[in-house]
Amino acid sequence: MKKRFSSHLVGCPYYVWAAIFIVVPVLMVLYYSLTDANGAFTLDNLKNLVGFSDTLVLSIWLGAIATVICLIISYPMAYILSRSGANTQRTLLLLVMLPMWINLLLRTYSWMTILEDTGLINTLLGKLGIGPIHMINTSGAVVLGMVYNFMPYMIMPLYSIMTKIDKTTIEAAQDLGASGLQVLGKVIFPLSVPGIASGITMVFVPSVSTFYISQKLGGTGYTLIGDVIDNQFTNNARNMGATLSLVLMVLILLCMAVMNQFTAEDDEGAILV
Amino acid sequence: MTEKNIIDLKNIVVEYDGEQVLKGIDLSIKDGEFVTLLGPSGCGKTTTLRIVGGFVEPDSGDVFFDGKRINGLQPYKRQVSTIFQRYALFPHLNVYENIAFGLRVNKVPEKELQQRVRDAVELVGLRGFEKRKIDTLSGGQQQRVAIARSIVTRPKVLLLDEPLAALDLKLRKDMQVELKSIQQSLGITFLFVTHDQEEALSMSDTVVVMDKGVIQQIGTPQDIYNEPVNAFVADFIGESNIVDGVMLKDNLVRFAGQSIACVDKGFGKNEPVDVVIRPEDIDVVRPDESPLHGLVDSVTFKGVHYEAIVDVDGFKWMIQTTDVVRAGEEIGILLNPDDIHVMKKSEYSGKFGDYSTFSEEMDLLSDPNYQEDAEESVAAEAEE
Repeated sequence: MKKRFSSHLVGCPYYVWAAIFIVVPVLMVLYYSLTDANGAFTLDNLKNLVGFSDTLVLSIWLGAIATVICLIISYPMAYILSRSGANTQRTLLLLVMLPMWINLLLRTYSWMTILEDTGLINTLLGKLGIGPIHMINTSGAVVLGMVYNFMPYMIMPLYSIMTKIDKTTIEAAQDLGASGLQVLGKVIFPLSVPGIASGITMVFVPSVSTFYISQKLGGTGYTLIGDVIDNQFTNNARNMGATLSLVLMVLILLCMAVMNQFTAEDDEGAILV
Repeated sequence: MTEKNIIDLKNIVVEYDGEQVLKGIDLSIKDGEFVTLLGPSGCGKTTTLRIVGGFVEPDSGDVFFDGKRINGLQPYKRQVSTIFQRYALFPHLNVYENIAFGLRVNKVPEKELQQRVRDAVELVGLRGFEKRKIDTLSGGQQQRVAIARSIVTRPKVLLLDEPLAALDLKLRKDMQVELKSIQQSLGITFLFVTHDQEEALSMSDTVVVMDKGVIQQIGTPQDIYNEPVNAFVADFIGESNIVDGVMLKDNLVRFAGQSIACVDKGFGKNEPVDVVIRPEDIDVVRPDESPLHGLVDSVTFKGVHYEAIVDVDGFKWMIQTTDVVRAGEEIGILLNPDDIHVMKKSEYSGKFGDYSTFSEEMDLLSDPNYQEDAEESVAAEAEE
């Protein structure tokens, strides 16, 4: 059906918004990444990327670990959530969402005070005569920060897809002789793949590009791609920063393209819940 | 059918939120029997089915399968299989894999599996559809997949929860015949749930009429139709005129101001009773040929017969006749002794069998399925 003029008119504010804050910035990133400080065309920035490959690999590695941990914890959680009574569901969902209403910076700061060598955990351990255990400024602390901050983005799409699984399909599987484990493996898991795909995207993408979590919980030892971009821009090397951003964007788009293969069948389960 | 009981339900009680939905159900089902649980929605028929399937645990009472008590046994360990109302097929698997599911989880060897799936596909007439995705099938085809998926596991009992409710009338009639022939060729027990009395009568060996969590009557379709135990059963199965009467003595009942010969006996002297007369059993004669008279209120031509609403002694009767009758006409009503069925008074007395407010529109409006359709068509119109 041909859209009427009025329905385009209603979309106008959004189109303007998208043009100013999405299209123009992307074009600017593209422009800066292909020019030098004087505005002349150059491919040097792309050549210099080689020097950042270790950082990129580390970012992807830590992001992947955080995503896997999120999935392992969230899957059973989402399943339990989807099968509990209406009141329990509401309460548990609230508990999942609650941390998201508090600023990311504040939450990360709290983890600093918890994990520090003289922090909450080590003080407690000291009273018990154990430790101190060095936790802050380790890769573990960075992953913990990612898992903690991005977990709700994994639980929500999983929960949403699991509530859509028809209860009688599960009964039918049991009825045909499938044990609890077989029902999980042969019915619930395959039917929740679109949710898994969008959960992975929604956790992996922000984990890879984060810079604040790694700065506060990883110290100087775990500089991620996001930190590097942050550095470039604060040190006025905006051309290199733009190139790195471009790489990150391409990476994210690739990731989403792959994940969309799994969600394409069922539009309702797609990326944004 | 053998004489051995495959399923015995003993005094089953089920409560939801303090309300009893099954109030002491006793039911025995013979091996190879086609049993139908028939009743209006909310009568407890589906709950009874789910008890046998293992999806509902009774609050009290025992479930026996082949003589063994199976209370608490998980559904996947029971030798029964269910065909769900909305089929509950696996949307991520194709037709073949849907049917093979039960065999795969039970680790049936691949060669045997292929043979059995092929046989099942053949039986339900779905050859050529094996690779199709579920959502590309019509309702009738999905129904067949559901049947094949269940029977391929060779259950001893097949539980069918209103399996034909979602199909259109023509397809429903075909599937009735087909299900019955599948049941006969496999020789297994079918426990069938429906609210459609015609379906129940035409398919079953035994009909179990339920209402309000209580079994009202168990019998062959003929028994249920000809010898209903109370006004509820008489009204639910087919059309009936149910009038107040008094049993004067054995084989003589008084109603509509006349004493009329009947074949019923064993009631107390002058006991108040409900008298059932089926509309198609009534002979219309000239007024001088019978002591029982009526004034024709309205007549509807039904094709095979006329359906007349007739005022008999202040009570509206429905009469189906092939004789021509006209509104406003005085007619004689002739009843043979075996056209009359006498029932004891029950809690249902006086609630059914009066056609004074009868109209087809009213009948349709009180049918929940009709309501739904009406709403849908209104919504469809609004969309256009």
